[in-house]
Amino acid sequence: MSSHLLHSSFIPTAPPSLRRRPGCASPLPRTPLLVQSKIREIFMPALSSTMTEGKIVSWIKSEGDKLSKGESVVVVESDKADMDVESFYDGYLAAIVVDEGLSAAVGSTIALLAETEEEIALAIAQSKKSSSSAPAAPAPPAPTSDAPKVFDEMPSPAPAVKASVGTNALGSAEHPASEGGKRVVASPYAKKLAKDFGVDLKGVFGSGPNGRVVAKDVEAVLAAAKLSGGGAKVQASEPPKPSGVELGSVVQFTTMQGAVSRNMVESLAVPTFRVGYTFTTDALDALYKKIKSKGVTMTALLAKATALALVKHPIVNSSCRDGKSFTYNTHINVAVAVAIDGGLITPVLQDADKVDIYTLSRKWKELVDKARAKQLQPNEYTTGTFTLSNLGMFGVDRFDAILPPGTGAIMAVGASQPTVVGTKDGRIGMKTQMQVNVTADHRVIYGADLAAFLQTLSKIIEDPKDLTF
Amino acid sequence: MQASVSSLYTPHPPHTIFRSNSDIQFCGLRREALGFQSISQFRNGESHRIGIVSTKPRSGKLTVFSASAAADNGSRRATSFDYDLVIIGAGVGGHGAALHAVEKGLKTAIIEGDVMGGTCVNRGCVPSKALLAVSGRMRELQDEHHMKALGLQVAAAGYDRQAVADHANNLASKIRGNLTNSLKAIGVDILTGFGTIVGPQKVKYGKVGFSENVVTAKDIIIATGSVPFVPKGIEIDGKTVITSDHALKLEFVPDWIAIVGSGYIGLEFSDVYTALGSEVTFIEAMDQLMPGFDPEIGKLAQRVLINPRKIDYYTGVFATKITPAKDGKPVTIELIDAKTKEAKDTLEVDAALIATGRAPFTKGLGLNNINVETQRGFVPVDDRMRVIDADGNLVPHVYCIGDANGKLMLAHTASAQGISVIEQLTGKDYVLNHLSIPAACFTHPEISMVGLTEPQAREKAEKEGFEISIAKTSFKANTKALAENEGEGLAKLIYRPDTGEILGVHILGMHAADLIHEASNAIALGTRVQDIKFAVHAHPTLSEVLDELYKSAKVNPHVSKSVSEPVSV
Repeated sequence: MSSHLLHSSFIPTAPPSLRRRPGCASPLPRTPLLVQSKIREIFMPALSSTMTEGKIVSWIKSEGDKLSKGESVVVVESDKADMDVESFYDGYLAAIVVDEGLSAAVGSTIALLAETEEEIALAIAQSKKSSSSAPAAPAPPAPTSDAPKVFDEMPSPAPAVKASVGTNALGSAEHPASEGGKRVVASPYAKKLAKDFGVDLKGVFGSGPNGRVVAKDVEAVLAAAKLSGGGAKVQASEPPKPSGVELGSVVQFTTMQGAVSRNMVESLAVPTFRVGYTFTTDALDALYKKIKSKGVTMTALLAKATALALVKHPIVNSSCRDGKSFTYNTHINVAVAVAIDGGLITPVLQDADKVDIYTLSRKWKELVDKARAKQLQPNEYTTGTFTLSNLGMFGVDRFDAILPPGTGAIMAVGASQPTVVGTKDGRIGMKTQMQVNVTADHRVIYGADLAAFLQTLSKIIEDPKDLTF
Repeated sequence: MQASVSSLYTPHPPHTIFRSNSDIQFCGLRREALGFQSISQFRNGESHRIGIVSTKPRSGKLTVFSASAAADNGSRRATSFDYDLVIIGAGVGGHGAALHAVEKGLKTAIIEGDVMGGTCVNRGCVPSKALLAVSGRMRELQDEHHMKALGLQVAAAGYDRQAVADHANNLASKIRGNLTNSLKAIGVDILTGFGTIVGPQKVKYGKVGFSENVVTAKDIIIATGSVPFVPKGIEIDGKTVITSDHALKLEFVPDWIAIVGSGYIGLEFSDVYTALGSEVTFIEAMDQLMPGFDPEIGKLAQRVLINPRKIDYYTGVFATKITPAKDGKPVTIELIDAKTKEAKDTLEVDAALIATGRAPFTKGLGLNNINVETQRGFVPVDDRMRVIDADGNLVPHVYCIGDANGKLMLAHTASAQGISVIEQLTGKDYVLNHLSIPAACFTHPEISMVGLTEPQAREKAEKEGFEISIAKTSFKANTKALAENEGEGLAKLIYRPDTGEILGVHILGMHAADLIHEASNAIALGTRVQDIKFAVHAHPTLSEVLDELYKSAKVNPHVSKSVSEPVSV
């Protein structure tokens, strides 16, 4: 299923350029660095008469790169313009002191320039010594020009993740476009992403035309790598820190987290019960494989199947507003829970029973993009009449969901897994099965209602031809 | 697009623009009285015209740039010829020449073998502007950060490919209609068919398979333009391997398109395709992208137009073989190193756009009948657009303008050259200053330029022994640009600190194409920096970028050192 759900809140998602690099934890050098003769400082230049500080837009060169006199090293934003700053000397860019996105006062050191390669290490030592709060971080990379770029761009737990991406070749499949692995065919954006996040494209499975690696393949690898961070694949021996969280601190809820908290407490006022069911998904998986290339997602398929079942069971699509009546909803709006950075939101696929699967998939992509950008309009996340929550992509086989107030039922979807099952004719066979668990408001929805609904849904999923009408 | 008539890559047009012009007297208004006067000095005295009078310093002749259109074609009827002037090719160059010829009283005919309007209107500048208008808006709507900064909330933007394509096509037909009507309205005879020069002052025309007509003309202008240049080894199928001619129809939007050539044409199409969701790979034979631009502008353009977008690139490579997609196989592109000629890589993409410049369209013109040999297809001309024959002599009564002569392959150049020819035909020795012709690339943001690039200016300065200075301003310091949240951009002025002469201006930023004319007019009229800096600009407008540029220039007759060195660390 789509990787957006993998954006869990405890994984830092700030762009790498905003993060500090191990070894230069101090964003602004507090004192001018004391450096020995052959190591020169690169200062923040005064680009205009009114400039007092400048922001580093981007480093054109990376640490370890050779510089020639007159070559552009860094782009600095002043109060008036972005300007290239050129090197005065030949040498090597030994250490970057002020990272991209950060500001420094005019005249302060933003990087160190070593005259020879041998002096790079010395320069690094200097820069570390003077960084007052340098943590016990992994040593900076060997400062050769072929040092893995990822060290420059990822936070401390990341190199380990990177290593797993590179060596454990997720999806060992070698794609057809590669001529036996000799060549990697990847789209420009996929390459850009791979470069930015230090993913080795050789190991990436390409889902594009002729096995081409496209952007979403790289994103999938990144998501998987994040998930496995701290797992068996991580090579580094140090226990990975729960990234991005300062232990021992108390952090206030964000607005969204506050809203989630209120809703969760409110949900305790509703008498709920649960009914589970196991679906065989071989046919659904086959259908998914067939139409995946047209942009159809598993989320859209499940939402569509659920909506079609709800058409036959309007009671499961109803809700209890006042404790005295049924509210039968006109529309079947399937909300799907999405974990986003720092919270949870339920974008709604409106009229999921009526909209065709391709449009629904596109709509879903649009909603997820907006959710990530925190641009969902209220009617795009508050109008759900039935909710889906899927943790299958994490390998969860079954779980229990809390009913969002104002709706009648929520379905928790587990992973689709190969399972040994006995068939009615007494044989044993392998089938792919998926467990679901529906939580419902017993004031309006009774056990038999849910059971009948699940039976209908099971039939749709096991014979999914109607999903693509 | 300007782009489609430019040649920034191969083949290079004869290198004529930068030669020394010191012996030529340009028509100019410099240090002369400007004023509106009513005069009736024209033949027949049929109307009073409002014009700007300029006294040409050397000859002292009166010249009128008239703003009114003449009423009839050919009031000054030739005696022994069918026409005073026959123009072969009804593109922008032929059109401009025809309008001016009629105004000057020449009986004029224009021969067109294809559609009226030529490349610019049908397959170039015009339809591409429609696509770029769409891409600009898409880009804006998709830029959440930008929208948010303005306080706007917009739902996800989408587009309908066919509707976009229709917009481009409708625009082309509309402009074509306007152009045709403007010729008909003043009575220019439109002769249909391919024109061929059969002898001195004699042109035949006619459609293939139909009877041919022969007309005689006192003077002939060749304005046959150009076609996309396709290097050897590249197979165009019009679907997956295409030129700008096909791309402008926008028949499909590929997921991944390779663009061969990173000049104006390639750059503009990369803007369109990436806005519509494609990923782009540039293939450039030169060592850097956008080789035709001023290096500093090129560097900024790369940072603004290439790096943040879904674009990657190969430089210093030739695409030796491009095979269209067939039987489920993608388009394959074989790359070799431009220097070592070693095989470098093979790309597999969904489509390839060939934007390697334009080749003159001069076949079948009958040039051999007047002893003219083309140079790589271009018709050789002198700086008055007079055609030069194989022996190096001028061919009487034959002129060539526009892309066909390759001097500066831009639509408005063709038109300006046409006007200069008509001026000569009607008794005024007028030489067009090509260094005053602006060029623009309509990406988002736009790029525009006029005159010399910094390296060209430095070379010239060294040769002729003068100093040059550079002044720069940023759009970040401009109120209007900041109000639009479009602070990305740079304007650069290259000038002589001793005389204040403007050598070149380069702009990258919002509406750069519209901003350049102040500078190109200054160059054309010989206005000096120290004079133009007193011109007033409305506040707040983008034009203040140039205002600030002029004001930051330091003109000092005794200055001997360049004032602007690269910022060093």
